[in-house]
Amino acid sequence: MDLSLAVSLPPTSIDAHRALKICQADLQGAEWIGLRLLSENTHHRIVRNEISETNSVALSQGVMIEVLFDGHFGYAGTSDISESGIKESYRRALGLAKAAAPYKIHQFTVEQRPKAVGHYRSPVFQGLDGQTLKEFVDILFTASKALKVSSQIISALALARMVETDIHFVSSNGSDVRQQFVLVSTHFQATAQNGSESQSRSDKGSLARSLQMGFESFNLDEIKAHCQKAGEEALALLTASNCPTETMDLLLAPDQMLIQIHESIGHPLELDRILGDERNYAGWSFVQPEDFGRLQYGSKLMNVTFDPTVPGEFASYSFDDGGLLATREHLIKDGKLIRGLGGLESQTRLRKQGHPVLGVANFRSASWNRAPIDRMANINLEPGTSNLKEMIEQTERGIYMQANISWSIDDYRNKFQFGSEYAQLIENGRLTKVVKNPNYRGVTVPFWNRLKAVGSADEVEIFGSPFCGKGEPSQVIRVGHAAPPCLFEKVEIFGGGE
Amino acid sequence: MSHPSFETLEKYFEKIADALFAQLQRGEEMNLNLAAEDQVYARFNQARVRQNTSVKQIDLELIFQSKGRKAQFGTSVLGDEKIDLPKLMILLERARQEIEILQPDPFLVPVLNNGESRKQHHGKLLAPEQALKEIAETAEGSDFAGLYAAGPMIRANKNSMGQSHWFFSESFFVDYSLFTVNASGENKAVKGVYSDQQWSQAALQKHLQQSKFQLELLKKPTQKIKPGRHRAFLASGAMSELCSMLSWNAFSFGAMKKGDCALTKLYAGEKTLSKKFSLKENFKLGLTPLFNSRGEMAPEELVLVENGELKNMLVSSRAAQEFGVISNGADTGGFGWEFLRSPDIAPGHLSEAKALEALGTGLYLGNLHYLNWSDVSAARITGMTRYACFWVEKGEVVGPIQDLRFDESLFSLLGSELVDLTQETTIDPNVGTYELRSLGGKQVPGALIDTLAFTL
Repeated sequence: MDLSLAVSLPPTSIDAHRALKICQADLQGAEWIGLRLLSENTHHRIVRNEISETNSVALSQGVMIEVLFDGHFGYAGTSDISESGIKESYRRALGLAKAAAPYKIHQFTVEQRPKAVGHYRSPVFQGLDGQTLKEFVDILFTASKALKVSSQIISALALARMVETDIHFVSSNGSDVRQQFVLVSTHFQATAQNGSESQSRSDKGSLARSLQMGFESFNLDEIKAHCQKAGEEALALLTASNCPTETMDLLLAPDQMLIQIHESIGHPLELDRILGDERNYAGWSFVQPEDFGRLQYGSKLMNVTFDPTVPGEFASYSFDDGGLLATREHLIKDGKLIRGLGGLESQTRLRKQGHPVLGVANFRSASWNRAPIDRMANINLEPGTSNLKEMIEQTERGIYMQANISWSIDDYRNKFQFGSEYAQLIENGRLTKVVKNPNYRGVTVPFWNRLKAVGSADEVEIFGSPFCGKGEPSQVIRVGHAAPPCLFEKVEIFGGGE
Repeated sequence: MSHPSFETLEKYFEKIADALFAQLQRGEEMNLNLAAEDQVYARFNQARVRQNTSVKQIDLELIFQSKGRKAQFGTSVLGDEKIDLPKLMILLERARQEIEILQPDPFLVPVLNNGESRKQHHGKLLAPEQALKEIAETAEGSDFAGLYAAGPMIRANKNSMGQSHWFFSESFFVDYSLFTVNASGENKAVKGVYSDQQWSQAALQKHLQQSKFQLELLKKPTQKIKPGRHRAFLASGAMSELCSMLSWNAFSFGAMKKGDCALTKLYAGEKTLSKKFSLKENFKLGLTPLFNSRGEMAPEELVLVENGELKNMLVSSRAAQEFGVISNGADTGGFGWEFLRSPDIAPGHLSEAKALEALGTGLYLGNLHYLNWSDVSAARITGMTRYACFWVEKGEVVGPIQDLRFDESLFSLLGSELVDLTQETTIDPNVGTYELRSLGGKQVPGALIDTLAFTL
């Protein structure tokens, strides 16, 4: 039977334009109305040890209505997309805007919701309807089999998440934006065990292979090779010695740069964090509004962009959920901090406080049931002029770490500790022995100022994550991070054990 | 607050289940889950409303089993069976088609009737406009940031073998932080949670007053403490964070068998925990339903560690099937690993009032932040101190500290270095709100640790 991955359901009886008209018919003093109709189909399939363990499909559909009244936006999300459900949600959003207006944090206007008209579609040729279930599950079986290179591999995990999202945003000031995404994440991991000791190695880290891509990008031979390598490296880790405790040069692969960028650049630059909105949850930021244009965040080799235009990167899009056109912008140039990660609401709040901080189009929500907040999207470290070979050769005593496995940072985004799946020592310009449980720690700004070499464009790799958590109520959102390998000097390195 | 559509949801669920089960053919089985909420969420910053959102959502999950295979479909629904049923019938048909393609699962758990249950916890909540007014007015004049969430939450399950569970809970929480700038010019904060089923402005005022008292201590000059080994008292907020880590693969039998468990060495008898440490799953706390996502019932109490000795791991019915052991009704999360749903750490003998005296000289830690395993096999955890954390000398608070990073094995923290736990315990409600508001919570005491490794 040729059953495609796409699950066909009858179209909904309501579209965004009609839903907006229902709200507008009941205006009751609202200054502006926005409506986001969203449907999302998520496949979550797992094959472990060549057994089909999970086959789950989630179909989410709902609408978020936002209403501006007396300078405050009220929000109401519902899965009831009937005409009566839309009417009820509109009244709830309006009611909440009215109730909160006397206690609002800022007098917003419709300027924070510019008219936006446009379309975005992930650059894919084969979506869910272009792949059969059998073909796809067969890929996972092949991967699981390839991971099991020895009887010591006790878990050969092949996991894939495939998501199709369709968002239609319309507003009373003429916005009409349709954005359609195809998002694929994979995780292929081998766990080797000997007695009570175990070690895991995956293909680039947990779900780091997250891209906007179609099934045309799946190459079975490559998947097999990557899985076999992961299996062999898990075995190697099992007999490896512990990572030494030492201050030495640290060379990070792009799949470890992913977390370094995310936690120590992305989050601290979010303007809503700087404004204190996130203080009760994930925390504040060491970055102050007056730091923009002044703070030497890293060495002169450090160039970081917010870039929602990279084809295939996980968080590429055309407009944020406030209707702002998304463009590529430098956040850090030659090591200096120049721009923050905040949409129009945060920018206007900062201006009122006397800080004309530049922002970007990153006012985003996770789904129809959450209001947008400032989120990082694609945050990329721009390439330099070095390369992996050169960086290894120039290192007398160092370590090369690959694929993130552990991550922790303080609530101001200063003191971090990250761990990798796999590392090799660098001795006298050569990669030498494999070590297990590699970890490193540091403080954000001093660490980035120790950046002493950056790989070139042909060594840039693009990764992402489906699970960046933030906000109250909380939301997980997709992010993308691209980087070449990077070399940092004199970093505190250590291993595992008690 | 009234929820007319939620009052009829139980009937709706019955009709949906009856209609779907009536379509099943010989050899076909089905589990059906419902999760719903009708919440008001309001986020505050500087005692003002930053954003407020009403969320009304109903999700159904259909788990279809046939021919030794399983296909699972979740969908958001309107709550109107006339509109929702046709969609669910399409999903049932789709499930049948998938079953024909998928490989058999040798460890598939058969659908059984695990009984019936029905619990309703009604609350007395404020209308949203009144709640916003009372919080904003009570917090006025302080640097208050936090989240108010209120409304009904439902979890329900039925299966084609006649199993039926219904859990309705109506409650609210105000999860907040109060901030100040101390004598050293640094930001300092305290954490608080006010949670109940009946709102009282006086109770909120009392919570904030207690927090403000602690905030006064944070106004003292900052003490710069060098990394190294320090004696430490972990208040219940810090212990709650630590307890969350125990839920992340530590007691999962499935994770242990697949090489991803932090307490494998405890299971193997290679390592021990302190005789002073005892932990159980305690559903008598009434914070979360006994039934799991398959409708299986957990025992009301399940001892995991007693006086440092491992008594049980959490075993899901699937892990039981795969490894030939007996399930204890545990639920599973993302990668199929079992997690704690209602943990309860037993109290010790230390009076909270004498905690500082017992600490002597060392660190009082109000909360911890962003914990993660730094070496799973060694049960080693790293994380940060957060909120009300003080340097204490001879039982007296000297002043707040600059936050420190710790990196320590559980076998030390809850093993060789555990001096005592407090007599008093605190219930810490789950204030999680990813996708929908979470149920549950933990009961934890404070803990005195002889030495704890601080690294940065």
